[in-house]
Amino acid sequence: MTRSYRGAIAVLGTGMAGLGDCGGRSEQEIIAQAAHRAVAASGLRMDQIDGIITSSLTSPWWVMRMAEYLGIRPRFSDSTMFGGSSFIADLKVAAMAIEAGQCDHVLICYGANPRSVPSSTQVNQMRAALDPQPYEHPYKPFNPVSSYALAAARHMHQYGTTRRQLAEVAVAARKWAQLNPDAFLRTPLTIDDVLDAKMISDPLTVRDCCLVTDGAGAFVVTRADRARDLHARPIYVLGTGHAHWHRQISCMPDVTVTPAVDSGRAAFAEAGLAPADIDIVELYDAFTINPILFLEDLGFCAKGEGGAFIGGGRIEPGGELPMNTNGGGLSFTHPGMYSIFLVIEAVTQLRREAGERQVRQADVALVHGNGGVLSSQATAILSHSL
Amino acid sequence: MATLSTDPAFSPERHYFEQLAQGRFTIPRCRACARAHFYPRALCPHCGADTLDWIAPSGRGEIYSTTIVRSKAGDYTVCLVDLAEGPRMMSRVVDTPVESVRIGMPVTARIDTVDGAPLLVFVPEPEGRA
Repeated sequence: MTRSYRGAIAVLGTGMAGLGDCGGRSEQEIIAQAAHRAVAASGLRMDQIDGIITSSLTSPWWVMRMAEYLGIRPRFSDSTMFGGSSFIADLKVAAMAIEAGQCDHVLICYGANPRSVPSSTQVNQMRAALDPQPYEHPYKPFNPVSSYALAAARHMHQYGTTRRQLAEVAVAARKWAQLNPDAFLRTPLTIDDVLDAKMISDPLTVRDCCLVTDGAGAFVVTRADRARDLHARPIYVLGTGHAHWHRQISCMPDVTVTPAVDSGRAAFAEAGLAPADIDIVELYDAFTINPILFLEDLGFCAKGEGGAFIGGGRIEPGGELPMNTNGGGLSFTHPGMYSIFLVIEAVTQLRREAGERQVRQADVALVHGNGGVLSSQATAILSHSL
Repeated sequence: MATLSTDPAFSPERHYFEQLAQGRFTIPRCRACARAHFYPRALCPHCGADTLDWIAPSGRGEIYSTTIVRSKAGDYTVCLVDLAEGPRMMSRVVDTPVESVRIGMPVTARIDTVDGAPLLVFVPEPEGRA
């Protein structure tokens, strides 16, 4: 039988740094700044951090480099690459490590600077060479966009989802971003702006795609039974789930059904909750099709109905199911592996610290991270109460 | 065809591309569960067996999904093709305007030479053959 980690760990402090354009500072510099903020907000000193989980799109040695940089000698560390879903998948790993007595305070952190320090052609070629895909690369998919475009096109064909419905996801994200002073893009955005934007890989225009920004995020998780000694408002992790079925889009059995089906089921089962119990959702919106797929796969609506479900203002400010309340990867920030910011925003909302964008009823939040090309799916359910 | 995977030095990946270079499109099919798969692996991804035969597929398939990559060098398609034998693969449809490639369209495989290497592409199936 699967052991339950319901409420075993809690998120303490969070921190962000270098959002938007970090002015060419190094990834380690902005991660350290975010980590410093997160640790201080947790009522801890850096030398009390005895666990660290981080990963990088480039360096396979990242957790050693980061621990070295921060001066941490971890009793527990992990650096498994789950793409953009990593920092939600890491919550399960952290809960297992803490429950097993391997460590007490785990720092989970990530950052990148692709806006002010764009990867050279050489680095991009090296990334492709280090993860060879000889059955896809020769066809020159403009990845990741083209892989998500293939999923979007099939969803449109199979269920009648429209480009306007995809655009509604981007428009709703922008409305939230307009309430968030830290968001990268805050100018008004209309459905037609999205539809008329430069086509990248049909049916996705540049406005259906997430931003490329700098940014770092960090948070600390600790034993739930000691969390209140350190922080006035710990946010408990009630359930987690993680699943992956493929790496490449050509190996995804049905491009309209993601492993979020499994990760969501596991997270809800552990939490003892159902979609109707969730007040806000933070779903990794690398592309506008993503939240539509995830709302279906996580059980908020039936398969194929996601396009209609997000309409009528449901996911916008003031809507029935506030979604991506910081503006998301589409309008807030997106430095490559975005899921760290999903957790930070959910924690901010659950603590009622979200300022103008604060959702009135925010007691239970679902965060969902996506990695690769719909490949890795990680879900967690968070609340201020056990 | 012979079962090749019992030779410990056999590389399914090398074999696939060598066959393609000789103008032959071949894919593995499992003796244990009788299912074909793509891309070629050392073990059947359906049942885990290592007894794999290589078959010559009919070359007929159907577009499962498609996108047009809008590139400065010119637009081209990237498709997922479901082969008549079951497996799915990434490819591109050529010899037809990119806008005419549709989901559900019947297509036929062809081996082209692109950038000096053999590349399996698809062309629309001739009218009336479907």
